[in-house]
Amino acid sequence: MSELKVYNFMGIRKMAVVFSAIMLLVSIASLSINGLVLGLDFSGGTQVEVGYEKPADVAALRQQLESAGFEGPVVVHYGSETDVLIRLQGKPDQGLAEKVFAVLQSSGEQVDLRRVDFVGPQIGDELREDGGMGMLAALMVVMLYVAVRFQFKFSVGAVLALAHDVIITLGVFSLARLEFDLTVLAAVLAVVGYSLNDTIVVSDRIRENFRKIRKATPVEVINESLSQTLWRTINTSVTTMLVLLALFFIGGELIHNFAIALMIGVAIGTYSSIYVAATVMLAMNVDREDLLEPVEGELVDDLP
Amino acid sequence: MPNKFPLWKNLMVLLVVTFGFIYASANLFPPDPAIQLSGQSGAMQIDAAVLQKVERSLDEAGIEYFAGETDDESLLIRLRDIDLQLRAKEVIQAEMGGDYIVALNLAPTTPQWLSDLGGKPMKLGLDLSGGVHFLLEVDLDSALATRIESDLEDVKKVLREERIRYRSLTIKDGLIVGQFRDEEQVEKAKALIRTTYRDLQPLSEPGQSPLLLKLKLSDIASGEIEDNAIKQNLTSLRNRVNELGVSEPLVSRQGKNRIVVELPGVQDTAEAKRIIGKTANLEFRLAAVDRVGEVFPFRSPTGQGPDARLENKAVITGENVTDARASFDENGRPQVNITLDAKGGWQMGYATRDNIGRRLGVLFIEYKTKLVKSFDESGELVLTPVPFVEKNIISLATVQAQLGKSFRITGLEQRESSELALLLRAGALAAPMYIVEERTIGPSLGADNIELGVKSVTIGMILVLLFMLVIYRAFGVFANIALAMNLVLLIAFMSLMGATLTLPGIAGIVLTVGMAVDANVLIFSRIREELAAGSSIQGAISAGYDRAFVSILDANVTTLIVALILFLIGSGPVQGFAVTLSIGILTSMFTAILLTRSLVNLTVGGRKIEKLWI
Repeated sequence: MSELKVYNFMGIRKMAVVFSAIMLLVSIASLSINGLVLGLDFSGGTQVEVGYEKPADVAALRQQLESAGFEGPVVVHYGSETDVLIRLQGKPDQGLAEKVFAVLQSSGEQVDLRRVDFVGPQIGDELREDGGMGMLAALMVVMLYVAVRFQFKFSVGAVLALAHDVIITLGVFSLARLEFDLTVLAAVLAVVGYSLNDTIVVSDRIRENFRKIRKATPVEVINESLSQTLWRTINTSVTTMLVLLALFFIGGELIHNFAIALMIGVAIGTYSSIYVAATVMLAMNVDREDLLEPVEGELVDDLP
Repeated sequence: MPNKFPLWKNLMVLLVVTFGFIYASANLFPPDPAIQLSGQSGAMQIDAAVLQKVERSLDEAGIEYFAGETDDESLLIRLRDIDLQLRAKEVIQAEMGGDYIVALNLAPTTPQWLSDLGGKPMKLGLDLSGGVHFLLEVDLDSALATRIESDLEDVKKVLREERIRYRSLTIKDGLIVGQFRDEEQVEKAKALIRTTYRDLQPLSEPGQSPLLLKLKLSDIASGEIEDNAIKQNLTSLRNRVNELGVSEPLVSRQGKNRIVVELPGVQDTAEAKRIIGKTANLEFRLAAVDRVGEVFPFRSPTGQGPDARLENKAVITGENVTDARASFDENGRPQVNITLDAKGGWQMGYATRDNIGRRLGVLFIEYKTKLVKSFDESGELVLTPVPFVEKNIISLATVQAQLGKSFRITGLEQRESSELALLLRAGALAAPMYIVEERTIGPSLGADNIELGVKSVTIGMILVLLFMLVIYRAFGVFANIALAMNLVLLIAFMSLMGATLTLPGIAGIVLTVGMAVDANVLIFSRIREELAAGSSIQGAISAGYDRAFVSILDANVTTLIVALILFLIGSGPVQGFAVTLSIGILTSMFTAILLTRSLVNLTVGGRKIEKLWI
């Protein structure tokens, strides 16, 4: 085993700030201009998924539904050529799905009703509210925990890193016009959990090193801590990415977006645990003094 | 210093591992598709003769089954092929007729010793098993409005009786608003209502005219009305759902005014919706004196009686019944107390005034469907559902005196009285309901989801196992054993807790697999560092585990917090994700820290070794 190589992560922190700022600006701009493509869970409405035995012609189906009196139905392939998802516009009405299926059956082709979702408008509103509240609650509680377990400057760093990850993940969804539904919300919250996990591990090491290394600038301490945890950060990201790739390619259409959200989140989270949290701490002049507690001597004694 | 666990620690690890294998193994026994048959009333005998009849009908239809059992109350037939389950149900229902409830079921195949220990397979969520999910909202405002209307009539009546004169008495914005000629009358009315009507509260707003009396329902009363409305709707929904013949239906309250109905395995949603939305109705009719009228069979839930002829016109209907309770009269004999709304009370009084001594019947009207057998051109057996109305007399009692808003039916057995009260209440919903969310998952999609889920867990797992082997060599083997064990424990806990597995839940398992190795990655990275810093091998192992522990704990506690919040805000499937994630975090702490340490200690802990394969 060779001596650990210390990378000068913080040396390029100005570039990281610019990079993050651009990403954030683009995300926020897209979110405020384009918004998110809300899935049925949040928008309310009716959708029907049907399976055909042969590849289905969505244009013909759309025409068939239109001539049956449905206004502006969205008909797309869902996962495969034989699966079709039909989204109905307008006022949600809970008898709609059966009518659609009846129209599709009337053409005489073998069609299998795979899924019907009807969500009333009030449910969508409530879920949107609950989702937003949940996200805020998660950030608050986490900030409190980190402030108690570590120190205030660490908790600001951690929470800003989380907000950074969440905003950029949402921004990518907004830019790519990917549908945002309940499973994606769950994924974004899981991103919060994952990114936090990473940030905590790094912070833990920074705290330890501040106490252990006496003669070093904060930048040096942070660089050393990041270098020490680098392999762990990469290895964990790789294993998580591996399973997410499995979900993305095999898991099926229903959790496709879930996997995408997590993959974006894990990538951004890995970057932010290295750059964002530490940069924020440095910006707030984190110092040895912040972490000197009565336990100092005991930790130093542990050294071999 | 050697790394060695005390015996009790090793034993504990062994115990937990054994526990995991035992309870997870329950999932290796997939349940058989089955058909369950039971009688509409508990009194019906389901014996060997019935079983023979059912088996014969299956034979005729060419449906393979391999076991039938009966315990005199119900009957279970195990089928070979799940695709034939629905067909078998139709065949049996057509053969046995409407007096039997035929339900799709899954018969457990868990070995006796395992179920004795409490082992059972994981429950599958609707997105995996297929079925319908309804979220119904109960319109509580209309329940309150009905109540205040009936109170208005009562208030009018007592004011008249007490000779308190008012100009007008109406309902405005959910309040009873009265206009009076002078203040004295207002005060009198207030005092009277305070003493006679606890449920109503006089309301005084600043600047309100002294000649105005506003009454509102007290918070306690409206809370009670809302609660009762939900409870009554729940009860009638359960009764209706039972008719659908679903093996494990879920009907439960969600939040203040919502009811969730989940019907696994149901494919005919139109039928499900019709039954859920159907109103069984009640009519109170006088017995006919002349030949005019119609003869109805007498069939209470507890027995049959002679048919009776009733008048064509109903005195009141189920909508007028506000409450019905079984109780005992002063002599301890069972009775049913019935309360009507104001309108119903008035109509009942009017109808019974001149008819004392005549009999009054209660007619229970149900909207049902039956399957009719026929053969199409190619000679195939076709079963078509035909809706029909069934009307039965459930009570026939002699009118003893003029009846009013509340009266009672006596001369009943105890069981009869409680059944009758239930039917009277279930007749109508306390408040209207409407569907605010509906999700139907077809059985083919459910089966696909399971397959995809299992596949992605397997492939994700294999990828991670390979990666860990390459990066950490010998220690990778320990981490991999821990990872596999983590999966076993996760499944064991979920089965034992009766947690429901959903598609996002499977995603949670996959994610746990990816993240669970993190703890081991942390520990192993620490050990490598310690070795690089020149520690002895045993010292490095010990320090690696100790130092990493704090980070692991902090990281996992925060993730648990997020999972908890996810559980609180999420619904069904998302909660499934939160549950698997949380359990996964807890089990991974055990396997990654204790289990691997135990393995490391047992293999390299006690010996002098030159090099650590890490």
